[in-house]
Amino acid sequence: MTAGVPLSWYLILSAVLFTLGVAGFVFRRNIITVFMSIELMLNGVNLSFITFSYQLKQVNGHIFSFFVMVVAAAEAAVGLAIILTVFKNRSTLNIDDVSSMKN
Amino acid sequence: MDVILFLIFAVVAVVCGINVVVQSHPISSAISLIGVMASLAVLYLLLGAEFLAAAQVIVYAGAIMVLFVFVIMLLNAGAETRRGRSFMAQLLGVPLLIAFLGLMAFFVQRLFPGAGDVHFGAFRGGTALAVGRALFTQFLLPFEVVSVLILIAILGAVVLARKELE
Repeated sequence: MTAGVPLSWYLILSAVLFTLGVAGFVFRRNIITVFMSIELMLNGVNLSFITFSYQLKQVNGHIFSFFVMVVAAAEAAVGLAIILTVFKNRSTLNIDDVSSMKN
Repeated sequence: MDVILFLIFAVVAVVCGINVVVQSHPISSAISLIGVMASLAVLYLLLGAEFLAAAQVIVYAGAIMVLFVFVIMLLNAGAETRRGRSFMAQLLGVPLLIAFLGLMAFFVQRLFPGAGDVHFGAFRGGTALAVGRALFTQFLLPFEVVSVLILIAILGAVVLARKELE
């Protein structure tokens, strides 16, 4: 059998993707890009679920990952509708300008 | 072969992920995110998750990203305007994130020292048959709950995005 990939490489890749998602979530100001960063974080978590599923030789991690995908789809539909509504009411996509809950 | 494929697609995923964060135009971020998702689908295949690799391409790279691109087009989103950030964010943001990543990598290395290697084809429990069997026997209740959830999400999206009735 050829040399395999260490399991920790997959987990570290998942951590890197999650961290990039956090960075986008924190640093970006465009509401759509912030939303895409959340999807990036969910993808990173999915990768670690599937890696653990491989390690334990069980299908449960795949089921969790499947549910994460479904929830991400639901979240994208509702979130983008909210973005449309915010843009309709305020005509801005900058999250610094949408701060009426601050006061 | 496994290592080469993993390295190629991991590098593509990380480069596209960095591109998602640094691009100032949302459409460039969206295209990079599609790159991340496609390379992750290949990694899922390497881990033996055939069904989820297909679902990743169809649901994420297909449906969700089309939704994103449509919204970007619809709102005519332009490049992000750079503004002055707070001093603390500039000073601490990147070091804190790198520390977070280092901590996670450290724990991964410490917690799974003898975890063994990933060989393509060693785990065959990720077929549509196996996933479907688990989904409709052991996880039937969560499956039904999530179907109600997605129905509510669709209704919510329609209610939120419709034009106000006069």
